[in-house]
Amino acid sequence: MKILVCISKTPDTTAKIAFAEGNTKFDENGVQWIINPYDEWYSLVKAIELKEKDATVAIHLVTVGGADTEPIIRKALALGGDEAIRVNNTSNDSLVVAQEIAAIAKEGAYDLILTGKETIDYNSASIGSMLCALLDQNFISAAVKLEVNGSSITVTREIEGGEETCETSLPAIISCQKGMAEQRIPNMRGIMAARTKPLKVVEASITTATTSIKNFDLPPAKSGVKLVDPANMDELVRLLKEEAKVI
Amino acid sequence: MVLIYIDQDDQEIKKASYEAISYGAALAKQLGTSAEALLLGTVKDNIADLGKYGASKVHQVNNIALNSFDARVNANVIAEAAKALGASVVIFAHNVNGKAIAPAVSVKLGAGIVTGACALPKTDVGFVVTKTVFSGKAFASIQIDTPVKVISINQNSFGIEVGDGSATVANLDVAVPTSSIKITSVDKIQGEVPLTEASLVVSGGRGLKGPENWGILLDLAKALGASTACSRPVSDSDWRPHHEHVGQTGLQIAPNLYIAIGISGAIQHLAGVNRSKTIVVINKDPEAPFFKAADYGVVGDAFEVVPALTAAILKSKGGA
Repeated sequence: MKILVCISKTPDTTAKIAFAEGNTKFDENGVQWIINPYDEWYSLVKAIELKEKDATVAIHLVTVGGADTEPIIRKALALGGDEAIRVNNTSNDSLVVAQEIAAIAKEGAYDLILTGKETIDYNSASIGSMLCALLDQNFISAAVKLEVNGSSITVTREIEGGEETCETSLPAIISCQKGMAEQRIPNMRGIMAARTKPLKVVEASITTATTSIKNFDLPPAKSGVKLVDPANMDELVRLLKEEAKVI
Repeated sequence: MVLIYIDQDDQEIKKASYEAISYGAALAKQLGTSAEALLLGTVKDNIADLGKYGASKVHQVNNIALNSFDARVNANVIAEAAKALGASVVIFAHNVNGKAIAPAVSVKLGAGIVTGACALPKTDVGFVVTKTVFSGKAFASIQIDTPVKVISINQNSFGIEVGDGSATVANLDVAVPTSSIKITSVDKIQGEVPLTEASLVVSGGRGLKGPENWGILLDLAKALGASTACSRPVSDSDWRPHHEHVGQTGLQIAPNLYIAIGISGAIQHLAGVNRSKTIVVINKDPEAPFFKAADYGVVGDAFEVVPALTAAILKSKGGA
């Protein structure tokens, strides 16, 4: 079985969010970069678990981005991918990214494509769904559990207020979230091995974006918390009723 | 024409779809066109009632195979319907199903997409949609450069507007591909409003010290008619079920009222709740970072404050 894991570079979850160049660009100054947590903790580790059960599984990683994404993809290789592909395209248009990944996916004829349920920067949650349309393959989103039995799979996904379990056959695209696998830390052997694992760079082939970011804004600062005397909960109820009008 | 996708689950229209219609109707008015809804499969609800939220017409693809959700099949049917009807904008709720299909529909229509929109598009120059980014810590205004557009809107960001209209219902004949996904079981928490749809949420953190102390929180939730949530350490320690975890890696919610009890307010927790309209923080540590993100704060011992708040709410309800 061949698995393609989609990897995105995102700012650390605790990074300060600020913008530069007249609020048109994310301010990368002093930002620590990580593998998008959904891509790392859930999809990549799930792929590694599948390989641990069946050594014939091959895990390929794909990322779409400039040379500055290479430390991230090396870290992903240290966790456990076999080889990686970087598509040298710095677009942040979801469709451009999905089309680049679809081209890699078609060429590699993968049985399973895993993505995170969203990236923590643009929160678009789009790549898996777009791949579904571009590749005309089954797509199961927000998955919390995946079992592979030969060419058939059983997947449990989140629905509003619960979970739904379904069966389908490979090939398939699955977006992963919490529950799918547990976070791991790369070990020294993995880090050493990752240095020599193949990392192929493919030139960008898609240039036409369908959207463009005009500007960013920070939410208006909260006017400050209004403290209520712990001995006067009637006052809090009054504020929630009359001022906030939420109850 | 603005076409709004109506999401259903077990033949019931999802609450998020009503908000999507209200949003689509407001956009249609802005663009000087009509707002029409698209329903896949059959529902128990009265379809003509979708007119109350602003849809003038409902197109129904009346095929019971569509009552089971399959992202590939639904996206195909919606895209074919949008083409047949000549839709210029297609609107989805940014809920679980909307996230799974809106991007696929945009690919099939050759349309640019903005997911997680939080306001009506600006259409005086171009077509610019504002969405939340960085897990609610910022907004991005994104221009869609294609003739046809797809938007999914964040839940509880626009609001549901109820009028007294009634929609006409028309059958729409679209080829439905065969699904190769078989749903084998559905496991729903009975009798509770799903957290992502709840308008009032009471949430607890490590400050409550153990699962045996959750009674005061449940009493408060009951008095308010609120759903219950928790922070990550609480669900990781199995004090509360995992489906209650809100935060960066759990559910992202946007209720009208979020009451946080004994939660310090780490940035990862805030990422899941910062779109709440009003935040109340109850914590004995005045330095808890959550107070900076709160509208109302109570510095005090949760074991005294929470029962007092419950009593105050019951008293105010009794007097109303």
